[in-house]
Amino acid sequence: MNQNLLLAIPMLPLAAALIAGLAGKAIGRGGAAAVAIGAVALSFVLSCLVLKQLLLDQAPNFDGTVYTWLVSDGVRMQVGFLIDRLSALMMAVVTFVSLCVHVYTIGYMSDDPGYQRFFAYIALFTFSMLMLVMANNFMQLFFGWEAVGVVSYLLIGFWYTRPSAIFASLKAFLANRVGDFGFLLGIAGVLYFTGSLDYQTVFSAAPSVATKSLMVFQGHAWSALTLVCICLFVGAMGKSAQVPLHVWLPDSMEGPTPISALIHAATMVTAGIFMVARMSPLFEYSPTALSFVLVIGATTALFMGFLGIVNNDIKRVIAYSTLSQLGYMTVALGVSGYSVAMFHLMTHAFFKALLFLAAGAVIIAMHHEQDMRKMGGLRHRMPLTYWTALIGALALIGTPLFSGFYSKDVLIDAVHASQRYGAGYAYWCVLLGVFVTALYTFRMIFMTFHGPERLDQHAREHFHDVGWDMKAPLVALAIPSVIIGYLTVEPILFGGYFGSAITVLEGHDVVGELKAEWHGPAAFALHSLTAAPAWLAAFGVLSAWWFVLRHPERGDALRERFSGLNRVLVNKYYFDWFNENVLAPLARGLGLLLWRGGDQAVIDGAIVNGSAEAVGRLAGVTRRLQSGFLYSYAFWMIIGLAVSLGWFLIHI
Amino acid sequence: MQQLGLLSVVIWLPIAGGLVTLAFGDQRARAARWAALLSSLLTLAACVSLYAGFANGTANFQFIERLAWIPALRSQYYLGIDGISLPLILLTAFMTVPVIIAGWSEIDKRPAQYYAAFLIMEGLMIGVFCALDSLLFYFFWEAMLIPMFVIIGVWGGPRRVYATLKFFLYTFLGSVLMLVALIYLYLKAGDYSIAAMQQLPLTLAEQRWIFIAFLLAFAVKVPMWPVHTWLPDAHVEAPTGGSVILAAIMLKMGGYGLLRFSLPITPDASHELDWLIVTLSLIAIVYIAFVALVQQDMKKLVAYSSIAHMGFVTLGAFLVFYIMAATGSAQGAVNGLDGAVVQMISHGLISGALFLCIGVMYDRLHTRDISAYGGVINVMPKFGALMVLFALANSGLPGTSGFVGEFLVILASFKASFWFALLAASILVVGAAYNLWLVKRVIFGEVANPQVAKMQDLNPREFLVLGVLALAVLLLGVWPAPMLNMMEASVQHLLQQMLTSKLPGAA
Repeated sequence: MNQNLLLAIPMLPLAAALIAGLAGKAIGRGGAAAVAIGAVALSFVLSCLVLKQLLLDQAPNFDGTVYTWLVSDGVRMQVGFLIDRLSALMMAVVTFVSLCVHVYTIGYMSDDPGYQRFFAYIALFTFSMLMLVMANNFMQLFFGWEAVGVVSYLLIGFWYTRPSAIFASLKAFLANRVGDFGFLLGIAGVLYFTGSLDYQTVFSAAPSVATKSLMVFQGHAWSALTLVCICLFVGAMGKSAQVPLHVWLPDSMEGPTPISALIHAATMVTAGIFMVARMSPLFEYSPTALSFVLVIGATTALFMGFLGIVNNDIKRVIAYSTLSQLGYMTVALGVSGYSVAMFHLMTHAFFKALLFLAAGAVIIAMHHEQDMRKMGGLRHRMPLTYWTALIGALALIGTPLFSGFYSKDVLIDAVHASQRYGAGYAYWCVLLGVFVTALYTFRMIFMTFHGPERLDQHAREHFHDVGWDMKAPLVALAIPSVIIGYLTVEPILFGGYFGSAITVLEGHDVVGELKAEWHGPAAFALHSLTAAPAWLAAFGVLSAWWFVLRHPERGDALRERFSGLNRVLVNKYYFDWFNENVLAPLARGLGLLLWRGGDQAVIDGAIVNGSAEAVGRLAGVTRRLQSGFLYSYAFWMIIGLAVSLGWFLIHI
Repeated sequence: MQQLGLLSVVIWLPIAGGLVTLAFGDQRARAARWAALLSSLLTLAACVSLYAGFANGTANFQFIERLAWIPALRSQYYLGIDGISLPLILLTAFMTVPVIIAGWSEIDKRPAQYYAAFLIMEGLMIGVFCALDSLLFYFFWEAMLIPMFVIIGVWGGPRRVYATLKFFLYTFLGSVLMLVALIYLYLKAGDYSIAAMQQLPLTLAEQRWIFIAFLLAFAVKVPMWPVHTWLPDAHVEAPTGGSVILAAIMLKMGGYGLLRFSLPITPDASHELDWLIVTLSLIAIVYIAFVALVQQDMKKLVAYSSIAHMGFVTLGAFLVFYIMAATGSAQGAVNGLDGAVVQMISHGLISGALFLCIGVMYDRLHTRDISAYGGVINVMPKFGALMVLFALANSGLPGTSGFVGEFLVILASFKASFWFALLAASILVVGAAYNLWLVKRVIFGEVANPQVAKMQDLNPREFLVLGVLALAVLLLGVWPAPMLNMMEASVQHLLQQMLTSKLPGAA
């Protein structure tokens, strides 16, 4: 593989971002769009070329250095690329979704004054994400990791005059920073135990690290690898929004919809999944860490799904769905099913980006209305959006033959086959999750596109279907949402696609166990009709239909009946309440206490000004001695003489 | 005895320039300004040629000048630089230029004296980093206080008298003890040269006293918790340029002193008392970061943030012995030392830039109160973008210089102890919180009030200053290798000095 070609893949979007950002006025709106789209399109083509070289031409993996970032104490930190089938797949997915979103942006942002700035940001995001994915070392991984976080921060707060948007952006950055805090500790641990930050060196040292331990508390040795892996995973929990660091993702919907699709569904939030898959040579040696991953993922998958059922904001429903699906991927990682996780990541990127873009089309058509209670019956007004959204929904709930079906059903089978501690709990979570997914997804579809129209006056007057600049990306994403699973499930999961890019130890290989019962994608779809997930999904759709369309009043009755549970769900399990009413005031209170109490009262008040006052007081006393009155001096002289004499007499 | 050379040029050129500026007088302010700018640029050019002529890969001092100074005291005019002092000299020369430009039309009270003070201070500060004779060092160290005292006292805010007194007493008290230590060392070594002091064998008791005397001087300058309270007051009262130099350069004197004096002269005491430095550093990082969170005054916020960031410098410098104890080898200790030096440079750029940003806002609204602002980006988009960049850099974003030093120190501290790394890394969260919360309240949001609505975006001069700093912050973040290469040999040498016991009897 040619290094310049690889270098061009991230550099093109970076150049476009700089041009659109710094010379936005000079090149105008059309210019900015053209530059950004052109650059990302070229990146996409080159990424496909790389994928083709790896797959068809059997080119060897590329692992090379671009330049040396710094050398300190013999540790050489470099910027470099590791291109294997794992990174190549991610590159293709990232650039494809990014391209769709770039095109979609032309229409979505057409009347926004920050048009060029928006293109600059999404191109910059594409650059950062590619740097993250292509990295061959932890330093660069962390760079990309934080860089995507910053661009996400800037994009959530894109409409910087909205208080809710700038609040959400700050919240997102801080929640991510909590994750990054763990991630950085993990990286420091990697350097400590292996002496290097380069993937290859670190991975080959993993088996020996597995035997090391670290004294964290006096007398309590922890497995070094478990500590490192859990720290790294904390990073993934921030970026991939796992409980309890998930709080930022629903609020991130304050940003423009194209970035919800690109960043907060298809790419950035999957960085954590990608990272763990990339680190499979480390995680494999720590079943404890993997169990931790498994339980966190399972909890996220099920309990975040519940929240989708009670929400009425179309974007937030999809956001909760994203949380839940990220939980599914995390569960797959936890049972050593890295290839399944990556497979679900890919199919999810397509159908979730599709759902977001469809929701964005609805929002634009409704003139920035996001409340599903004010929609309904839109399938007549915007048929193409309806059909594409329906495809996305069917893929999401795992309808046989659709892309999401293959990734999700294999995932559930893999969890079922796993012996890992926590797999039993996880299995029930992901299984029940299928019902929940179908319920909230079709509740959304029915509320938005079916039933009677509930549009208000404003929306009715301003309603206009979207143009082809927004419809084309929907179609472009709908196609893979249907077929990509059918076409690629066999090579990716059972054909050894990932090869050496992913490490699975003997005895952990649940996907390999499933291979024995695999008889091709068509047979798998047929067989699934007799299995639980398909029935649970069907039951979910039916329930949604029953409560939304057939008997809407029963939904309200149900809410009344379980008002306590409903309150917990509406309040999102009180995570936000806790952060805003306990954690944040606690931090501010601590700051005030240390400032007013520590700095001002103790250090300045008692010690600094206190010693100055003490000097002053002493001076005040000694000053009195020098009164200027002769008789006073004489008096003190006599006293002094008497005392010295007395002392002299006594001691003689 | 060597002739006067380039180092003398970079010390005395700005001082001479300052005198010329002074000679023009406040009546010919325009000429004075140009003279000042020219001097600072010439000094920068001289420093760049210093960099060009500097040989990496050796720990020996370079550009040495050695002339008799006070023969009676056997004190010499002895100058030289190594990989630790050169970056700091470059920083000093680099940061003086924006200070001169930033005051161009904002300073109309005694402008010639204002510029002269900064130029003279520049020369003296460079002198501190060049001096290899400890009496000469002490001369520059104390002389430097005078122009800063004048800058705060004359061009400062309403409580400037309190602030200058506090600043002067704090730093002077520390320095006097350092002088006592230096005299003691001189009496034992018979020479004021720092190299002789570094080679002098000392008992542990001697080292302990000397270490504490040095520590008081340097800890005040850094400033380390709990002798930091002069800094917020000094910053609040100082004019913008004074704050910039104070944060960017003066604080670095303390870190430089620890590396040049404390660690090599008293390695055994450093070993024995490293727990004290590490504890105080971690307190500075965690405690001060929370204090920064609740500040209402922007300058105080950045001042507190400086203290927390300087905590990484002292932490990185004193991890060595913990790493030895934990792992049995010094592998990784240089990461901490490298991180300490890089952090000093990076903090100089970023905090300087942030104080300039605050100055830009202060010039327009005449308040530093966070609550007086809001939605500034609506009226000042260029400024807003740069301010956000510097705030992100200050919260250690990779790709900016703020990341490099903290990253290296955190990597090293993990080797010393998991808990050190945990506490140090907490800056990731709290640092982001105070920086971005500031940005949220000041830069973003709707235009808060009619005063904000009238603010003008950066003029070309301001844009140039902040733009150049932004480029420097990014360049150092994207490609720190040249700086690390410059330091490598000297830092390795310092490590060897630290690991060589000076106790009598120790081989």
